[in-house]
Amino acid sequence: MYPENLKYTKEHEWILVAGDTGTIGITDHAQHELGDIVYVDLPKPGTTVEKGKTLGSVESVKAVSDIYSPVTGEVLEVNTDLTAAPEKLNADPHGAAWLVKIKLADAGELSDLLTAAAYQSYLGE
Amino acid sequence: MQPAPALQKTPLNEVHRAANAKMVDFGGWDMPVQYSGILDEHHTVRNAVGLFDVSHMGEIEVRGPQALNLVNWVSTNNAAKLQVGQAHYSALLYDHGGFVDDILVHKVADDHFFLCVNASNQDKDYAHIVENNRFDAQVENAGPRLSQIALQGPKALLTLQKLTKTELAPIKYYWFQDGEVSGTPARIARTGYTGEDGFEIYAANSEAPRLWNELLQAGEEFGIKPAGLGARNTLRLESAMALYGHEIDASINPIEAGLSWIVKLEKDFLGKPKVAEMKAAGAKRKLAGFQMKGRGIGRDGYELHIDGAPAGWVTSGGPSPTLNINLGLCYVPVDKSGVGQPIQILIRNQPVDAELIPTPFYKRAK
Repeated sequence: MYPENLKYTKEHEWILVAGDTGTIGITDHAQHELGDIVYVDLPKPGTTVEKGKTLGSVESVKAVSDIYSPVTGEVLEVNTDLTAAPEKLNADPHGAAWLVKIKLADAGELSDLLTAAAYQSYLGE
Repeated sequence: MQPAPALQKTPLNEVHRAANAKMVDFGGWDMPVQYSGILDEHHTVRNAVGLFDVSHMGEIEVRGPQALNLVNWVSTNNAAKLQVGQAHYSALLYDHGGFVDDILVHKVADDHFFLCVNASNQDKDYAHIVENNRFDAQVENAGPRLSQIALQGPKALLTLQKLTKTELAPIKYYWFQDGEVSGTPARIARTGYTGEDGFEIYAANSEAPRLWNELLQAGEEFGIKPAGLGARNTLRLESAMALYGHEIDASINPIEAGLSWIVKLEKDFLGKPKVAEMKAAGAKRKLAGFQMKGRGIGRDGYELHIDGAPAGWVTSGGPSPTLNINLGLCYVPVDKSGVGQPIQILIRNQPVDAELIPTPFYKRAK
């Protein structure tokens, strides 16, 4: 369920690192808890996001949920497909429905994140 | 710190859990918010039929020769106009004109009225009615012994007809009949909170799980699904029906809420002087519908601005699954309440454009 090449936060985000670029999304657990996702609010490219601070938000029919950035960096690209089709977050949260790509400011921050196994045991699964 | 009191459970609690429903604390009740998903359940009710456990709702029985006098003293609509077997929407008000609750009044007999009230208000409502019972009517808090199941959608009649000898088609909207469903005594009312055709069925707690399961079986050929409070809310919002704690509460007067049609000034009732005063002078604020124009979803409690200044708030807001727009209800100053009025809703401190539009947002084809 939780790919081993991703790192996870206790706030239910994931990050995939390739070189100094990190791709960020929300976990399957997060989309499941939210239910039908109807709206995604993401930062503009060029924005600096800080580890543990709000990166944007996702909204389901019933609720608004903040997304917290797993690491610090500059937003390179946002997944504009989600603007028109936020329901993709329910269908493929670990893949096509990534949220943003950022340029990592400090690769050392990655060591604070959870492995797939640790995240899964955190969820109690 | 006091430990939180245990959540109250309906007789269907185990059934919901067995069906893997997502459960939430709803005003102190452990209730299903969704089963298959809010959007799926919403569309199922609009297009086929959905089944809701609304056993958390309260019921109050008023009996005796003075029953009508008490009901008409504590509620705003004129129960003297009801015929046996007829129901209407009404309200309990405080002296100051604010809402104790909004209710349904059913006339069972000349000396027997049956009130359906909101779950989290039932104890308050019962106390309020008893306190104002200067007529020697018998008042019973019947919520603890009764369950309520709502069967809603275009296939509700066909589903329920399979389980009852009571002829359903002749029951008009906002009328009811006492009969049997699956062999158990039940009050069958053609009422609902979804904007669709449907029935609300009242029966003894002990019968609720069996009724629930038999209704699901009966509706299988029509694609019935259990639906939770999430879909109940999106459905009632599209139909612009008030929800206590959102559009109405103790600080809101029926005139402001657009409910002057349930306030009958030809009779006396608690709160009448204040309501009459506001009706004569005109309300300063008014409930209105809005549609989001900019990106974002205006939600319950968000502040709204008109011409750059604070002007009101959103009472309920969210996505409309049927219309595929983001909409809601809000209070705005009367002189800025016309259809087409531009407003800005503060979403995470950013003003986002919206516009007032007519309500109800959705009306089923007859």
